[in-house]
Amino acid sequence: MPGKLKAKVVAGRHLPVMDRASDLTDAFVEVKFGTTTFKTDVCPKSLNPQWNSEWFKFEVDDEDLQDEPLQITVLDHDTYSANDAIGKVYIDIDPLLCSEAATVISGWFPIYDTIHGIRGEINVLVKVDLFNDLNRFRQSSCGVKFFCTTSIPRCFRAVLIHGFVEELVVNEDPEYQWIDRIRTPRASNEARQRLISLMSGELQRKIGLKVLEMGGNAVVGYLQCFDLEGESGLVVRAIGTACTLDKISSTYTAAIVQNLSNSSPSKDMKEAGFGEEAPGVPLSSGPPTPLRAQTFSSFSPSKSYSRQSSSSDTELSLTPKTGMGSGGSAGKEAGPLKALLRQQTQSALEQREFPFFTLTGFPPAFLLHVGGVVSARSVKLLDRIHNPDEPETRDAWWEELRQEIKSHAKALGCHAVVGYSESTSICEEVCILSASGTAAILSSRFVQDGALDTDHRFEDVAPPACGFCHIPYDELNMPFPAQLTYCHCCRRHKVPDVLFTTIDVPTEANVTGKGCLIQARLCRTKKKGQGEGNATAISNLLPFLEYELHTQLLNKLKLRGMNALFGLRVQISVGDTMLLGLASATGVYLTALPSPGGIQIAGKTPNDITYEQHISNMQKKINDTIAKNKELYEINPPEFVEEVIGSPIPEPRQRSRLFRSHSESSDEVLELDLSHGKKDAFVLEIDDTDAIEDIHSLLTDAPTPPGFYSCNTEIMPGIYNWTSGLQMFTSVRVFRLSNANLTNQGLNKIFNDLCENLLKSLYFKLRSMVPCCLCHVNFIVAVPEDELIQVAVTAVAMSFDKDQSQENGRQSGDKTLMKAITENEEQLQFPLELSAESPSNPLSCAKGLSEVSGPLPSARDRCSSWIEQLRLKAHTIRRGSIKTMSSLEKASPVPEGRSRSLRSNRSCPGSSITVVKMTPLSFIPGAKIIKYLGIINMFFIRETTSLREEGGVSGFLHSFIAEVFAMVRAHVAALGGNAVVSYSMKECVFMENPNKNQAQCLINVSGDAVIFIRESELEATPSQTQSGNVQTSSNGEGT
Amino acid sequence: MSVELDVFVGNTTIMDKEVYQLWLNGYTVNDAVKVRMEGGVMEECEASAEVLLSDTMDQFRTFQMCERLLQNPAKLANQLLFQIPPDRQAMLIERYYAFADAFVREVLGKKLSKGTKKDLDDVSAKTGITLKSCRRQFDNFKRVFKVVEELKGPLVENIRQHFLLPDQLARDYAAIVFFANNRFETGKKKLQYLTFQDFAFCAGQLINNWTVGAVDNMVEDMDVDLDKEFLQDLKDLKILIADKDLLDQHKSLVCVALRGKTKVFNEMETNFKNLSRGLVNIAAKLTNPKDVRDFFIDLVEKFIEPCKSDRWTATDVNLYLTHYTNSAHILDSFKYQTVWTRYMGVIKSCILRMYHE
Repeated sequence: MPGKLKAKVVAGRHLPVMDRASDLTDAFVEVKFGTTTFKTDVCPKSLNPQWNSEWFKFEVDDEDLQDEPLQITVLDHDTYSANDAIGKVYIDIDPLLCSEAATVISGWFPIYDTIHGIRGEINVLVKVDLFNDLNRFRQSSCGVKFFCTTSIPRCFRAVLIHGFVEELVVNEDPEYQWIDRIRTPRASNEARQRLISLMSGELQRKIGLKVLEMGGNAVVGYLQCFDLEGESGLVVRAIGTACTLDKISSTYTAAIVQNLSNSSPSKDMKEAGFGEEAPGVPLSSGPPTPLRAQTFSSFSPSKSYSRQSSSSDTELSLTPKTGMGSGGSAGKEAGPLKALLRQQTQSALEQREFPFFTLTGFPPAFLLHVGGVVSARSVKLLDRIHNPDEPETRDAWWEELRQEIKSHAKALGCHAVVGYSESTSICEEVCILSASGTAAILSSRFVQDGALDTDHRFEDVAPPACGFCHIPYDELNMPFPAQLTYCHCCRRHKVPDVLFTTIDVPTEANVTGKGCLIQARLCRTKKKGQGEGNATAISNLLPFLEYELHTQLLNKLKLRGMNALFGLRVQISVGDTMLLGLASATGVYLTALPSPGGIQIAGKTPNDITYEQHISNMQKKINDTIAKNKELYEINPPEFVEEVIGSPIPEPRQRSRLFRSHSESSDEVLELDLSHGKKDAFVLEIDDTDAIEDIHSLLTDAPTPPGFYSCNTEIMPGIYNWTSGLQMFTSVRVFRLSNANLTNQGLNKIFNDLCENLLKSLYFKLRSMVPCCLCHVNFIVAVPEDELIQVAVTAVAMSFDKDQSQENGRQSGDKTLMKAITENEEQLQFPLELSAESPSNPLSCAKGLSEVSGPLPSARDRCSSWIEQLRLKAHTIRRGSIKTMSSLEKASPVPEGRSRSLRSNRSCPGSSITVVKMTPLSFIPGAKIIKYLGIINMFFIRETTSLREEGGVSGFLHSFIAEVFAMVRAHVAALGGNAVVSYSMKECVFMENPNKNQAQCLINVSGDAVIFIRESELEATPSQTQSGNVQTSSNGEGT
Repeated sequence: MSVELDVFVGNTTIMDKEVYQLWLNGYTVNDAVKVRMEGGVMEECEASAEVLLSDTMDQFRTFQMCERLLQNPAKLANQLLFQIPPDRQAMLIERYYAFADAFVREVLGKKLSKGTKKDLDDVSAKTGITLKSCRRQFDNFKRVFKVVEELKGPLVENIRQHFLLPDQLARDYAAIVFFANNRFETGKKKLQYLTFQDFAFCAGQLINNWTVGAVDNMVEDMDVDLDKEFLQDLKDLKILIADKDLLDQHKSLVCVALRGKTKVFNEMETNFKNLSRGLVNIAAKLTNPKDVRDFFIDLVEKFIEPCKSDRWTATDVNLYLTHYTNSAHILDSFKYQTVWTRYMGVIKSCILRMYHE
């Protein structure tokens, strides 16, 4: 019996008029948790009632606390007839169960009704008293922290990254129960909302248990989805990455960043420290800081370090154990020790059933190599599930898909998959399951605990910034034809010519110029069908769809003069009569990769002069576009003598990093070689109208208007000086195809135009924020009905300062950093370590580090106690680092005046409402997240039977989305937060029946509630001067 | 083939001032798009007509959703649905309650009733302001009127606090409420030359000096109704014209003071009795509601017009009224000094304001 939940209803305001006669309302409140219900008194004749109730106390199991939401219903008392419900508030108690998150929930919540929307607000106070439970067989997992953020959250550091956790629960969908025929739409919607809330709670609890079993304390990159299967049920499934996280005290972070961004002083300290004795000083690793300090890239292995380990060959020697043996130059210097090491890493990961990570951003030195995108899809029939109420069948489906992903990764010579995600698309009884990720080789640094001791030191050599581009597979036995060159950064290792990934651009990556959003869009008609036949038809179409999407992506990438894609997300949506494919990614020019060639067009009928001319015209257009794009995105890579090396295939070919397979219910697996036979990669042959269309569509992508950039990753490479101007938005469009007999091309054009126009509208809307970048642009496409295409976009527009001098300074700074990396391998990585320890005992710790160069897994446990010590020594740190302050302040990329004028005003006069920022990114520019308050995961249904009166479908959806935002903000504010980070709208299911004047919409959103502090405010507070400056410096110039 | 649904929702509600104004002006979406196209937004931002239409529709929808809140501005600051920065909120409210001078001149002093509302299409046709905009402005007047009707305390302050309006706008609304309540006639042809601001100024004078609130500031309707006792007292002023001696005495005092100081001395001298009779008669009749309504018309007919025809300058008028007022204080047999000051102070400033050269 480990918990007491207490709730108090304070007041209401802006209630709707429930009694027409008096124009007033006699409101009272029911507070329900589990099966217990309390009621307040009736507050007669008031639209702004003051209940000031007693504390309602619920004594409950923590298992229930995790599963159940607190349910608050506001009703209008009626003496003669049944009381009318005004609306409800569901409050997720979970954030209160973590000791470090929120302690009380208190604030105004919108009273929500699924038919009428928001109807006034209610002020509620909620608290939880938890008793310690020593029962080891407990079913609850209170205290496990959940984060939607797909990187290590900002005020934590990763001690261990345990790996993949998944769970799936199934229930009957209330909308499809027999009782739904006789109950009101409101009752049905509420049943559904409540059920999903319960299922989410249960899912989180179960995942939490798994995390505890693994020894972790948090789930990062938590991704929860709903599958509305219809008759066969309602599935809630989630995946995530189990981690052990340590909270970083602000001074601790401060010290790290301070030293990081100012490597010279720490280097001095290190030198001074050489040769000193340090008995009794526990060794601690250089703690990876969760801040994405740009300056990380400047730390390459130290002199002393490289001597011992020949670290320059680390990457080469990392050929997969399961590969075809070491080949070529690989491992030529690698001693047996290295091989052993590698195997240990390997086995550490392979012990896991699925070495998958939902992370897209990583602690430094974690991601060693990236192989490419791996994806798998399968088509399933929902009406064939034997036991629809049990999760087994779905579990098996996903298991199968994950196995495929795993084997693809293996084929790419990789032992792990990062940036992993799963999704479904359902149309009646057909369901497409998709999984995708990026095959990668990871350092064992965070994945392993156990005493590997000194042998392990090599793993901690920070790989050069270009390291992740180096191929992980064996070049003599390449899994697919690829053209390899020597890395343009280090010139020692081989890199592919194009790299596709699902992760964010690694912070240490060297990127030339800026990036841009690249989308491939495709529509394919399909005959209406049923059952097995339909599924077969779909799975036959899928490979072509993917092939074309891939080709489009590649062509568009080349057209922009870029060579790598990050954040690749391919969505396939299935409808009755068509399949939609949308691939979004952020194209960049990785300095390490070779410059992409142009695109050449070749005609099939060379004798026709007009035709020739047409082709040469087009060729010119393409060349012009490429040149223009290079200018636009500032891509001027340094000259590099091209030196194509040992590709086993004589002719250059199109290479694909995409491994995929499809299987349908019959479990047939079809592997597709995406290389274009023996054609040149960059030659587009115009042999039919299709191809001409393709080229046209290639050229019709309107460039972003001046002052705008866009990407679907966390941040845009090449832009650093963000201001605090921030605007998160959701835009939804539904397009009706009135012409039933559309060709593929016609459909393609419509779909393409729909997306392009939507983007154009966004740019226009946000024009006042210029110069600005649309970040984390996330498209969701759906085919809600036969002739409807729905596109929903959620993104954040962030303005940045176009102060050229600063930008240039930045760039030149980067270049010098790059140089330092490429040319000077003697640079130290030690600042990391030093920063943590030098303040307390600089000499001895530096000594320790020079002997044992990296974070020893065994030493990691001691880290936490070290943090304690460091906290005590915070004073010293402060004093030590204040010297560098003035210079750091100058480096701030955010001009103070601007950031101050734009900063949110928490307590604006005349309003009691907290301004809550929302962003799909994991950070807020110009601000420091000081606390994570818990996960926000909300599901709403809205229905109307008076569509016209509510302003038609647009009016209906507009107010619903606004209401969802309002409810998210209210919950965050009630937790004491002022922002939601990693916000995403996962589901937006819209159905309409204009003839009946009805519409219904379901929206699922999630994110992390946080408290942030503006840097300017931090600076203003003397006691926090330290951290304020540190934050600034992490954004600014390091050296 | 058509876009069936098109929405954009920002965490911070995006509102374009220009589009807001078009909405307030009662334009249809299509007209607004036309205006915007002519305004050159498209070239500026490389947008197409389609984009402009989508943006305009979206914003119009947002405004429509906000309208409910704008009608109760205090709610706007406390609602959760739209996150709008405080400065934006102030802008929204101010513009929503702003009105066209042309429009307000048409309804100033009229009863804010359904009947008047029905005639708004005529007003719309006459002023060239869209009917929709007329209705909004009219409803604003009516709403403010209804709210302050039941409130105690100073009128301007009540309006400012209840509707979160800037000071000047609150004063204007106070004038509108005051005029509507007392039904002052402002529409006659002779009054056409007066602007709303002229009337608003006069209203301010009347509110500050002639209402109940001018003496007691905690009464209901204190600033809306004229002080009945005061009006009754005004009858006593009749002695100034009824008593022949007093009248002559008054005249000679004024003449002595003004001699050589004005070019229109002769006209003044001839007209003195007429003018004095006019002003005192206005005062004496104010107990009759009908005559209260004609207050401004009477001022124009009985004083301003005669002066105008004699080509008095504003300075002349000022000079005359100053001495006319002060001289009465010297009259030994005139005992109603307080009432006289209270009356003439307002009359003087009103006439000066209304005296356009």
